[in-house]
Amino acid sequence: MEKPADFSLEPATDRPTVRLSGDWTANHIGEAGRGLAATLDGLSNVTIDLAKVRRLDTAGAYAVVRAAGGQFDLEKVKARPETSRLLALVAEAVTREPVVRNEPKGFHDLTIRIGKGVVDLGHEFLDTMGFLGHLLVVVGRACVHLFTAPQRIRWPAIVTLMERAGLDAIPIVAITSFFIGAVVGLLGANMLRQFGAEVFAVELIGIAVLREFNIIITAVLLAGRSASSFAAELGSMKMNQEVDAMRVLGVDPFEALVLPRFVAMLVTIPLLTFVATLAGLSGGLAVTWSVLDLGPAFFLQRIVDNVGITHFWIALSKAPVMAAVIAGIGCRQGLEVGGDVESLGRRVTAAVVHAIFAIIMIDAAFALLYMELDL
Amino acid sequence: MSDAVDERNLTDEEIVGDSGPAIEVRGLINAFDDHVVHDRVDLTVERGEVMGVVGGSGAGKSVLLNSIIGLREPQGGTIRVFGNDLNTASRRRWEAINRSWGVLFQQGALFSNLTVKENVAAPMFEHTNLSRAEIYELAELKIALVGLRPDAGVLKPAELSGGMRKRAGLARALALDPELLFLDEPTAGLDPIGAAAFDELIKDLSESLDLTVFMITHDLDTLYEITDRVAVLADKKVVASAPVRELETSDHPWIREYFLGPRGRAARAAAAKLTGNGARTEA
Repeated sequence: MEKPADFSLEPATDRPTVRLSGDWTANHIGEAGRGLAATLDGLSNVTIDLAKVRRLDTAGAYAVVRAAGGQFDLEKVKARPETSRLLALVAEAVTREPVVRNEPKGFHDLTIRIGKGVVDLGHEFLDTMGFLGHLLVVVGRACVHLFTAPQRIRWPAIVTLMERAGLDAIPIVAITSFFIGAVVGLLGANMLRQFGAEVFAVELIGIAVLREFNIIITAVLLAGRSASSFAAELGSMKMNQEVDAMRVLGVDPFEALVLPRFVAMLVTIPLLTFVATLAGLSGGLAVTWSVLDLGPAFFLQRIVDNVGITHFWIALSKAPVMAAVIAGIGCRQGLEVGGDVESLGRRVTAAVVHAIFAIIMIDAAFALLYMELDL
Repeated sequence: MSDAVDERNLTDEEIVGDSGPAIEVRGLINAFDDHVVHDRVDLTVERGEVMGVVGGSGAGKSVLLNSIIGLREPQGGTIRVFGNDLNTASRRRWEAINRSWGVLFQQGALFSNLTVKENVAAPMFEHTNLSRAEIYELAELKIALVGLRPDAGVLKPAELSGGMRKRAGLARALALDPELLFLDEPTAGLDPIGAAAFDELIKDLSESLDLTVFMITHDLDTLYEITDRVAVLADKKVVASAPVRELETSDHPWIREYFLGPRGRAARAAAAKLTGNGARTEA
C-alpha cells in the first residue's frame, strides 16, 4: 500500500509544528513539496516532525530542506535516526553552490564557432599535406625495398586487404554498374527515338560507361565500403593503443597500416573498374537488345567502331588518384580518432563523406582537363 | 655524418653502451595548450632497480611515460636512456635504444587481429633475422615464461581474460629480451589474487632477467611488494623519489594522504606481516 505524501500544520503562536506523513519519495511526493514550501513561507521557528513519514528518499529530503529554506535546522526536526541522517546529508549537499558554467551565447558563441572553424580548416589543410607527404615518403621507401629487400614489404597484409576490399566488392560493383548501364540505355533510347536516332543509344551507353560510370561507381562504392572500414579499423586500433604499441616496437604505422591499404586499392581499383565496365555494357546491351531490338554483335561492333578504347584509358587514368583518395582519407580519419567512442563514429562518417566529395570533385577536374586536351 | 657510418657496423649493445643510469630525465616540460602538466621534472632510474611512479589522476604519469618512450614530444628538457640523449640520437641509435626496452600498455594493447603467439612473435619478425620456426619457438617460450598455458597461444586477444591479456602483453614486451621494462598500471583491473600473482611474476622476471623496471601504478600493495624506489608526481614535479618506507615519513601533504590513508595503512600492515613471517606465500 502506498500513501501519497501529505502534511498538516499545527498552528501554535510561538512554536508551530508541521507534521509530515505518507511516502515522501520521488514517485509520491506530488504537490506536497510545493505546498509545504508555501505553508512554511513566512513562518519562523517551525518544528518539522517526520516521525509519521513511512519512507523518505533524497527527492523527499530535498523537498523538506528546500521548503524550510535558509532556516533549515536539524535541531528542529523530529525524526527517526536514519531519516535525520539522510536529511543531514542532503542539507549539506544543498548548501554547496552549484557551479554554473558561463557558456558564451548568441552572437558571441557564433563568432567563436566561426573562428574555430576557420582555424580548424587551416590545421586540417596542414595535417592533410603532412599526411600526404608522409605517405609519399613511405611509398618511395617501399619502391626502393621492392628492388633491394622485397621481404620487408608486408605482402600478407596487402594480399588480405586486396581480397577483402577488392575481390569481395565484385558483386556489388557489378550489379550496381549493370543497372546504371541499363538505366542510361533506357533513358537514351526513349529520348533519341523522338529523333529517330535510337541507334545512337549505343554510343551514349558506351561513352557514359567506359569513360565515367565505371570508375565513379567503383570509387563511390569503395568509399562507402572500404574508406569506412579503414577508418573504423585504424580508429579502434588507435583507441586500443595498438598504434602506440606499434610505434614503440619501432614499426611505422604508415608502413604497416596505411601503405598496404593504399597498395591494395591501387591494384584492385583498375580491376574493379574493368569489371564495372563489362557489367555496365551488359546492362546497356540488355536494354538495347530488348527495347530497340539491336543484337549483341551490332552493339559491340558499334562500340568498337564509334566509341573506341580511349574512353576506357581515360577512366583508368583516374584509378590511382581514386585509390589514394579512398585509402588516404579512410586511414587519415582512422588515425585521427581520439580516446572516445563518439569520435570513432564521427571519424568514420567523415571518412565516407570526405571521400565521396573528393571523388566527385576530382572527377570534375579530370573531365575539364581531358576536355581541354581534346581527348 | 661519420658518426652514422660508424654506427652501422656496431651491434645494438655497442651503440646503446652502458654509461649512465638507465633513465635520466632532466628539466622535462610538458604542456597541453596552456595547461602545464610537467614543469621541469627531474627523475633518475638506476640500472637494475624497480622504480614505481605514483601520482593523482591527471598528475601526468602517462605523459611522463609517453615522453620517455618517444610517443610524445616534450616541450622542453632532456631524456637520457643508458646515457644516450633521445633528442639528438641518430636514427640508427634511436632504433637500437628502442629495441632495448619493452612496454606493457595499460590494456595490453595486443594487436587484435593476431593470435597471442603472433603478437609475441611480431617484434622478433620486425627486428631479428631468425627463421620463422625459431621465432615461433621463442614466442612459445615467452608465453610459458609469463605463466600462460601453451594453448593460450592460439587464442585471439578478444578471447582472453583481463589478467591473461596483461600476461600476453608482458610476453610481447619481453620478446626482444629488453634491459628496460615499462609497465603502465600493470595490476589495474585485476582481482587481488591476480594482482598479487602478477606482482610476483614481475618481481621474479626482473630479478632473473636483470631488468630495470619503470612502473606506473596506483596499487599500494605493488609498491610495498616489488619496488626499490618510488617517485611521486605532484605539483607538476617529482616531489620525492625514495624507497617506499622513507616516503611514509614525508611531510608532503599528498604523500601523507596517500600512504597514511586507510588503504595505505592496510597495505603497510600486510607488507609488515609478510616480512615478519619471513616468507611469502606462493602465488
